[in-house]
Amino acid sequence: MRPLAGLKVLDFCWVAVGPMTTSYLAEYGATVVRIESKRRPETLRNAPPFGSQGQSVNRSGYFANYNANKYGMGVNMVHPQAREFVKRLVAWADLVTENFTPATLEDWGLGYEDLCQVKPDIILFSTSMLGRGGPYSQQPGFGAVLASLSGMTGLTGWPDRMPTNPYGAYTDFLVPRFAVPTILAALDYRRRTGRGQHLDMSQLEVALHFMAPLLLDYTLNGRERDRMGNRHPAAAPHGAYPCRGEDRWCTIACQTDTEWEALCQVMGAPSWTQEEGFATLLGRKAHEDELDTLISQWTQGWEAHELMRTLQQTGVPAGVVQTTRDLFDDPQLRHRGHFVFMDHPEVGRHPVQRSEFRLSQAPGEFRHSAPLLGQHTIEVCKEILHMSEDEIAALTEAGVLEE
Amino acid sequence: MHPANDAGLLSPYRVLDLTDEHGILCSKILADLGADVIQIEPPCGSSARRLGPFYEDEAHPDRSLFWWSYAANKRSITLNLASRDGRALLQRLLPSAHFLIESFPPGHTERLGLGYDALAALNPALIVVSITPFGQDGPYAHYRASDLNGMAMAGFMYVTGDPDRPPARVGVPHFYLHGAAAGATGAMIAHAQRGHTGRGQYVDVSCQEAVARTLASAPQLFAIENTVIRRQGSYRQTGDTTFMRITWPCKDGFVNFQLSGGAGAGRSVNNLIQWMEEEGLGDPVLTGLDWTTLGYGMVTKELLDRVVPPVERFLMSHTKAELFEGAVKRRILLFPVATTRDIMQNTQLQARGYFRQIFHPDLSTTITYPGPFVRASATPLELRRLAPKIGEHNAEIYLGDLGLTREELVRLREAGAI
Repeated sequence: MRPLAGLKVLDFCWVAVGPMTTSYLAEYGATVVRIESKRRPETLRNAPPFGSQGQSVNRSGYFANYNANKYGMGVNMVHPQAREFVKRLVAWADLVTENFTPATLEDWGLGYEDLCQVKPDIILFSTSMLGRGGPYSQQPGFGAVLASLSGMTGLTGWPDRMPTNPYGAYTDFLVPRFAVPTILAALDYRRRTGRGQHLDMSQLEVALHFMAPLLLDYTLNGRERDRMGNRHPAAAPHGAYPCRGEDRWCTIACQTDTEWEALCQVMGAPSWTQEEGFATLLGRKAHEDELDTLISQWTQGWEAHELMRTLQQTGVPAGVVQTTRDLFDDPQLRHRGHFVFMDHPEVGRHPVQRSEFRLSQAPGEFRHSAPLLGQHTIEVCKEILHMSEDEIAALTEAGVLEE
Repeated sequence: MHPANDAGLLSPYRVLDLTDEHGILCSKILADLGADVIQIEPPCGSSARRLGPFYEDEAHPDRSLFWWSYAANKRSITLNLASRDGRALLQRLLPSAHFLIESFPPGHTERLGLGYDALAALNPALIVVSITPFGQDGPYAHYRASDLNGMAMAGFMYVTGDPDRPPARVGVPHFYLHGAAAGATGAMIAHAQRGHTGRGQYVDVSCQEAVARTLASAPQLFAIENTVIRRQGSYRQTGDTTFMRITWPCKDGFVNFQLSGGAGAGRSVNNLIQWMEEEGLGDPVLTGLDWTTLGYGMVTKELLDRVVPPVERFLMSHTKAELFEGAVKRRILLFPVATTRDIMQNTQLQARGYFRQIFHPDLSTTITYPGPFVRASATPLELRRLAPKIGEHNAEIYLGDLGLTREELVRLREAGAI
């Protein structure tokens, strides 16, 4: 039996953080019904890449990565009859998920209290940038902003330059790893006690758990860190060093004497490594610019992956700065089957990233690629809600349902 | 149903945590959700205690702020896995455990006779989670990886940093935190299956895969459009010829403002343009465009080059605070690039009562901690106990739970088993 077999999810999530959360559920056997609308297609449906056929709401490879196995249901939520219709799905569901700006569900008459009237033990999972309540709860935004608000951006990059945002919507991909255990814990709690609840997850409040020691450092020691590039307070060398080819780099991080000595051996034990300035960690930290220059001169002639393999064989922590092209060739990711290739009627062949763990009794399962907008509207009405043809036709005619 | 079991989301469950600093967040998430987590430390204390920063900069194992952050809500016992008696104690703890988390190099627990099969033989319902840089097997399984190496191998560094400098890592070590949090996710999925089957299983986490999943659309852009995303400093590359501007200087620091099309981002840009006009700093090219009609991440470099200077001029004329206040009023997606001071003064966090004041009796002082990562209406998460001292709960667990005698405890301590 699949781990989440029997779990019924009514999914209002959109963009990245929400759909990635429910993608774990869909990968491991839950039935996830996504509510979308043609009137306002969700942001990721219009986000590249689209492939050779060009942009369309059904061709985003970005969207396809987070929505495999889910059912796509088209509902015009601003239609006056939408609320009554959606309540039928609420009655079916164990879990309702959403990541709208707070108050959106309430505006539709589908806030937690409303849901409870339909199903008293429902679990509503809400995640928003800044959580419910408070002066800025309604402030909209994407994950890229939260990296800034949580202090990560300010610490990333070089001390003599502007801060640089960690790539993409960084926190969007961090939050689901707190969201999924929370949701599954709430389901377990409901099984034990019969009680549902509303889970209100502020993405900022989650992200700060990746910053916790630095927050304590400020409140207790009054210290505010600055950007350090790739350096480490207690390790040297610690950086990305240039290799042969255009924009190729290999990282090296020596945190112990043994690792440093092993690196010296691979470098052919040049005499500078024995000098007082480089023999000890404190010496290397004091002469780190010079150290980096000397190591860079040595790494320049190496092919990056060859350098990594050579260093790893002697016990030096090293890793190629891999491009996305490299990731698809990476023998380790291939070994683990990280990228699952699926065929989508409009996107074509595209990779889906499976969850980052392997369960010995439950391989992740990819049954069907991400839904077209409204692809399963009729199927959900028939199979899940057991509606008659006439009823479906009437709601479609009225403009509540979208195919 | 036991009343005690209803106190927290995961109250009935016990977690044995053998991890060091690399896996420590995994059971912290479960502990915050209410599980009874026992951090099992070597007799000299967890290596996580050696990580700074330290309280008042005193590098003492009980003063590591990393430890305080990620071991709170857990209990601690010491146990030497290298000794037979230590391993025997672990085996005696297994029947009461629901989860066991470890982050040793692959093969290490097998060599100790504590691999998954051996553990499952003693407790078939046990869920065992392993957190390693690259997973348990495969060509890189035995590679060493610091945070820096891991972020590089996962593809995150190549896309982060200034284009004319080496690729940059995220300024805070996150590689293992991603993998550890993923461990909590995998553990709970396995737990759900245990609900059906009554049996446990083995969960093998790869931190590399966890971070590779933070790359947004970059992998799909390569696979579908053959576009290799590169680092762009204050910009972000969203396609072969499309970009968005993300970070900007302002009067007293930096702000984050996404200059991009799309339904949400486009509306925000339109609102900023209107604000600029109100202050007499408008620009005809900016005003002539409805940014909602451009797709998300579909803005070309040419257009950006034309519209960035007027936006930059406007932002430079205001402080972070002025810009944020104005952005909230006008529904613009703009936030300060926060310093730690800004975070501690964030009025939203304060209004939600996020930070918790916890009294440390041994230091006779009250310390501010980040609060729970979720508001659960029926089962509020709390900081129930401070990070433990080394082996603080040895007596409680060994005498209380396992029924050892004081004499045995002393003997085990003298033998270096605990």
